[in-house]
Amino acid sequence: MPSLQTVWFVLIGLLLVGYAVLDGFDLGAGIVHLFVARNDEERRSVLAAIGPVWDGNEVWLITGGGALFAAFPMVYATVFSGFYLAVMLLLGALILRAVSIEFRSKETNGLWRRSWDVGFALGSALAAFLFGVALGNVVRGLPLDGGVVYRGGLAGLLNPFAIVMGFLTLGLAAQQGSSWLVLKTEGAVRTRARRTGVASTLVVITAWFVATDIAWFDSNRVFDNFARNPLAWLGPVSSIIALASMLYAYSRRQELLAFVLSSVVIVGLAATAGATLYPNLVPSVDATRSLTVNNAHSSDVTMTVMLVVALVGMPIVLAYTGFIYWKFKGKVQLDEAGY
Amino acid sequence: MDVVELSRIQFALTISFHFIFPSVTIGLAGLIAIVETMRWRTRRDVYDRLSVFLTKLFAVTFVIGVVSGIVMEFQFGTNWSTFSGFVGDIFGAPLAAEGIFAFFLESAFVGIVLFGRNRVGSTVRWIAGLLVCLGTTLSAFWILVANSWMQTPAGFKIVTDANGVSKAQMTDFWQAVFNPSTLPRVFHTVAACWVVGAFFLMGISAWYVLRHRNSDVTSIALRLAVIVAFFGSGLMFVSGDLQTREVQANQPLKFAAMEGVFTTSNGVALDIIGLPPSQTGPAAIPPIAIPFGLSAMSDLDPNGQIKGLDQESDPSLLPPVGLTWMSFHLMVGLGAMMMLLMLFGAYFWWRRSLDSHAWWLRLAVLAIPLPIIAVELGWMTAEVGRQPWIVQGLMMTTKGVSPGVSATDVGISLIAILLVYALLFFLWIYALTKEIGRGPELAPAVPVVAVPVVAAPVVAAAPKTGRAKGGR
Repeated sequence: MPSLQTVWFVLIGLLLVGYAVLDGFDLGAGIVHLFVARNDEERRSVLAAIGPVWDGNEVWLITGGGALFAAFPMVYATVFSGFYLAVMLLLGALILRAVSIEFRSKETNGLWRRSWDVGFALGSALAAFLFGVALGNVVRGLPLDGGVVYRGGLAGLLNPFAIVMGFLTLGLAAQQGSSWLVLKTEGAVRTRARRTGVASTLVVITAWFVATDIAWFDSNRVFDNFARNPLAWLGPVSSIIALASMLYAYSRRQELLAFVLSSVVIVGLAATAGATLYPNLVPSVDATRSLTVNNAHSSDVTMTVMLVVALVGMPIVLAYTGFIYWKFKGKVQLDEAGY
Repeated sequence: MDVVELSRIQFALTISFHFIFPSVTIGLAGLIAIVETMRWRTRRDVYDRLSVFLTKLFAVTFVIGVVSGIVMEFQFGTNWSTFSGFVGDIFGAPLAAEGIFAFFLESAFVGIVLFGRNRVGSTVRWIAGLLVCLGTTLSAFWILVANSWMQTPAGFKIVTDANGVSKAQMTDFWQAVFNPSTLPRVFHTVAACWVVGAFFLMGISAWYVLRHRNSDVTSIALRLAVIVAFFGSGLMFVSGDLQTREVQANQPLKFAAMEGVFTTSNGVALDIIGLPPSQTGPAAIPPIAIPFGLSAMSDLDPNGQIKGLDQESDPSLLPPVGLTWMSFHLMVGLGAMMMLLMLFGAYFWWRRSLDSHAWWLRLAVLAIPLPIIAVELGWMTAEVGRQPWIVQGLMMTTKGVSPGVSATDVGISLIAILLVYALLFFLWIYALTKEIGRGPELAPAVPVVAVPVVAAPVVAAAPKTGRAKGGR
């Protein structure tokens, strides 16, 4: 029987994976839309492909943040205050893309629409990149001081490993968004999305390889769990298999399967990140100051109550989210009830 | 300025900006739920068109609420990390519950309401409307739970962790959730949001009437808004009274500051209008007051005793008296003005002459921002009156900030947020005026049979489906 804090480590991982898979495709649609959609009608079809669901997708991040606050308050406090300017930049990026999606359709003027299109792309790309930078820094370990405070500032976050991780998540989102657009659109958009899909997969493979390389020379701690526990290999191995199968599925025009496999790649890589971290949540350069599942968790009362909340609430959430995706299934049609 | 002041300014700015949007969407979601129910039951086309119009206003407001809300969700961690570490065991739970029980619901079904009209049946669409309303209200509930716990903490104990840092730890979830101020606060705030939504719709409909753009949609909208605004304004006084009594019982210093009572005494007058008191004593020109009023209201006895600010001997533990007094009195004053407007509104509604009193319609248009301002002032009263505590009696605001964040960092983010929020506000107003200018879709023209002046054997063939040109 795993401890409550380990259960919460996994649950928060699941919430963040839910975010990465779901908001990943609408972030990705934003990243690639300037390339895959060339005229107004095509861009409207990209927006229509994510329109009914992107709001709900973003809730996974908000809930993940809330759950982190509830289950590991010290991690919430240390990471968000430590990454202060980066978090502000991330919030700015998320605001920019949301506003771009919403306000683009308010005018028919070409310059107006093109400007918001660029805003949508920039905001989406910056957000996807910053998630990777943040994850990279956490995986790498932070120089925490005695009060478990990170004082490295924004410049300290921009190390080579973190930047490569930023490109990894950028590539993953672009891959996820491309496979969603292949699934949801037709004609030229779909053809181009297949191309951006393959291109972003190449970015993913390259960034993954480089990141592993840097980590190998940087610190051995990252690989400890892989030497200790064969289960840790599940993540990377399933990602590799899914990547290969995804490319095959593309070539066989199995669009839904390709999207699912792209999602599996994300799940597998998230599991890989989780495996490198556990039992740490925020490893410190000085290991005695690391925030781990065993020293950063909240009380048993809180973790138990929140477990009940999650076990009651999340199946309902999954059920109606599934219902809504099912209602909007199939290729998008442009109608008056859209952007 | 130091990091504490800058962080406080930033928090005040972000929360008061954010609060505009949920207060509008909670109110509009309530109205959408009512209109959707009528559409579903009567199947009349006019409700369909009103619902679509309301949905458009909801959509542009909702998106700004979402993006400014994400900032709130993370700001506890970015700027108030010591606070977050101290209260996380209790405070994080309602935030997570809000996501799971409320925000998912709201955001998921907004998709159906906004984009799914043609993809789902009438009943599913109606249920989606109800669920959005439920989601927004539950969202308010959980956020207010978190805030109420900062005002009147309950269901916890203070423990010291391995590093010697003291923390609040949950002992009883339900006590923490239903702490003494939760229910009065939820009641008062949600009622206020309904008033915001109703005044919003009332003002917009009144504007259409004034501009001679009234239609079947706006006349239903106007009557519906007047009813909700009338009962809502009444509820504000009932719920406000309950909440003030709760504050008197649980946060007596906040209450004394709100009412400007300095010395504990009997037969205290009720301030109505005047200049705010200073930190140390009443204003030089005393406010106009009802003698014995406060004692009579609070204790139901004109000679009842009211505890003043003198119950606290340490002046550094008093809230900013003038600001608390002023925000509270302005809020009540606005509430009274709104109630007065609604008394006339209800009378005209009863006389069925709502759209024939131009002066009242003009006032209704001008009154759109009043409840929003009142909501902001109420929030200010609650938060400023709690100072100097961030968690009443447990943690000082000055102790809650993030140790690793510099004043420069907060200065940069504050300026950036100011600029971005100014842009967001401008975009919101722009999009709203655009939607309002376009207006609700008009009814398909009733087939008109042209009756010739001279009796003719042939009746002109009436067009079966004509469509009035929308707007201009």
